[in-house]
Amino acid sequence: MITEKDVEHIGSLACVDLTDQETELFAKQFNSILEYFKELDGVNTENVEPTYHVIGLTNVFREDVADESLPQEAALANTAKKEKGFIKGPRIV
Amino acid sequence: MPAASSYAESAQRTFERIEKSKLNAFITLNKQQALQTARDVDDGKVTGRLAGMTVAVKDCITTKGLQTTCASKILTGYVPPFDAEVVARLRHEGAVITGKTNMDEFAMGTSTESSYYGPTRNPWDLTRVPGGSSGGSAAAVAGLESRMALGTDTGGSVRCPAAFCGVVGIKPTYGLVSRYGVVEYANSLEQVGPIARNVPDAALLLDVIAGGDPKDSTSVAEADKVTYTDHLVDDVKGLTIGVPEEFFGEGLDKRVEKAVWDGIMTLNKLGADYRKVSLPHTKYSLSAYYIIAMCEASSNLARFDGLRYGLRTGKDENWHTTFSRIRAEGFGAEVKRRIMLGTYALSEGYYGQYYLKALQVRTLIKNDFERAFKDVDVMAAPTMPAPAFRLGEKTDDPLSMYLADVNTLPVNLAGIPSISVPCGFAGRLPIGMQLMGKFFDEPLLIRTAYTFECNTDFQKLPEGF
Repeated sequence: MITEKDVEHIGSLACVDLTDQETELFAKQFNSILEYFKELDGVNTENVEPTYHVIGLTNVFREDVADESLPQEAALANTAKKEKGFIKGPRIV
Repeated sequence: MPAASSYAESAQRTFERIEKSKLNAFITLNKQQALQTARDVDDGKVTGRLAGMTVAVKDCITTKGLQTTCASKILTGYVPPFDAEVVARLRHEGAVITGKTNMDEFAMGTSTESSYYGPTRNPWDLTRVPGGSSGGSAAAVAGLESRMALGTDTGGSVRCPAAFCGVVGIKPTYGLVSRYGVVEYANSLEQVGPIARNVPDAALLLDVIAGGDPKDSTSVAEADKVTYTDHLVDDVKGLTIGVPEEFFGEGLDKRVEKAVWDGIMTLNKLGADYRKVSLPHTKYSLSAYYIIAMCEASSNLARFDGLRYGLRTGKDENWHTTFSRIRAEGFGAEVKRRIMLGTYALSEGYYGQYYLKALQVRTLIKNDFERAFKDVDVMAAPTMPAPAFRLGEKTDDPLSMYLADVNTLPVNLAGIPSISVPCGFAGRLPIGMQLMGKFFDEPLLIRTAYTFECNTDFQKLPEGF
């Protein structure tokens, strides 16, 4: 059972602020969705390997050759806050 | 209206149609560049397999110099500095890229209603959804606003709107098409796929986009050996078609059931054999899919924080406060739901219960297909359990929306290819039949779909178009 307090905690982990209405609505919806997911509890998966990737590729490597990269100006073209060619982030604490 | 005498004139007419359209199929138009490309084709300066053909591109596929939003507020105004591999291939072949099509926000949805830019409407009935999440792409093709389009299919997002809009849609085998430059939602499930009004156009577009790409380590070179248009052969003699009984279960609209069975009988009359098969874990696809997709989404969408690109509003406080506020403002409700449920499922103590379990069930679903494909060449089933629903009908209940994907999800979990072709009508609403194939067996899917198309008459235009 997911409570509104749980939803707030998940929101904080996922870095999404929630309004009170959202918290209330999501708590209700999460419970019905997770209730549905419970059907998987009844599937016998003993000794079944998980499928992370369907075609079973392993590491794919390429030669370590320097290639053309984006010019700084293009890389920063969509950045709202920048200074001297750097991206300016909010403070950490 | 007389036929256009040049590609430029034809493109011009396409834009006139788009600009007065009621469908809301596009978020951003590429008019100036498109008309220039069309003129260059007319002048012989641009050539290629798609020379002069109008192609619309789903808005989660990156286009250099052309706004790419994923139908989200958080990416509004984002103009990518590079092209997705599939877009580079379109340009290389002389395609006239009309614009970026509307979609469910970050491809999370079945109706194109969760777009920040408002819903797209179904050209067959403007009060109904076009399906999703590539609803803009399918509506644009069905409504003659582009000859063909690219969509992405994570859990049915090419095939669902193709079925609802009466056009052809292909979900390629996982790895067949490069995902470089495709904004990720659930990376182990999604593929870019073509949408077109007929099988030959869809095969042609697949020829252009498929192939190995060193920039996507999950892509394979399988398609480099194949020319899909060579498989446009009107012949299904000797094929065995599997009919998975689980796809014809409870909740299937009777009209859809009949149209799909009629389709199977048509192929039977043309020389294909058919037999019922069983995919016993199908009923668990919905839960397995949503858990995997939500978990992958919670990780993939962590990059949207407004720092390097995208929405960056208000005054900066510390990073957690700032990012949490930007993400709250920038994401819509369905995106928040999926990110949060994914975060929950991956959080300490729940990993084994949800994510790992879902991946194990995925193995069982994949095994079901492999077993069944030992006895049959292709499988046929309804793409969607019902025709297009009304706008607003499912928006209040996320679970009811998820349930609409029940027949398309297993294909993505297994990674196999599938094509949806029009196979009938419920009143005036189109119905789609889904053909599913073995890994990398797109050639046989195309042959089967083409044979069906050649011998039926469901490739119609919506009334008034």
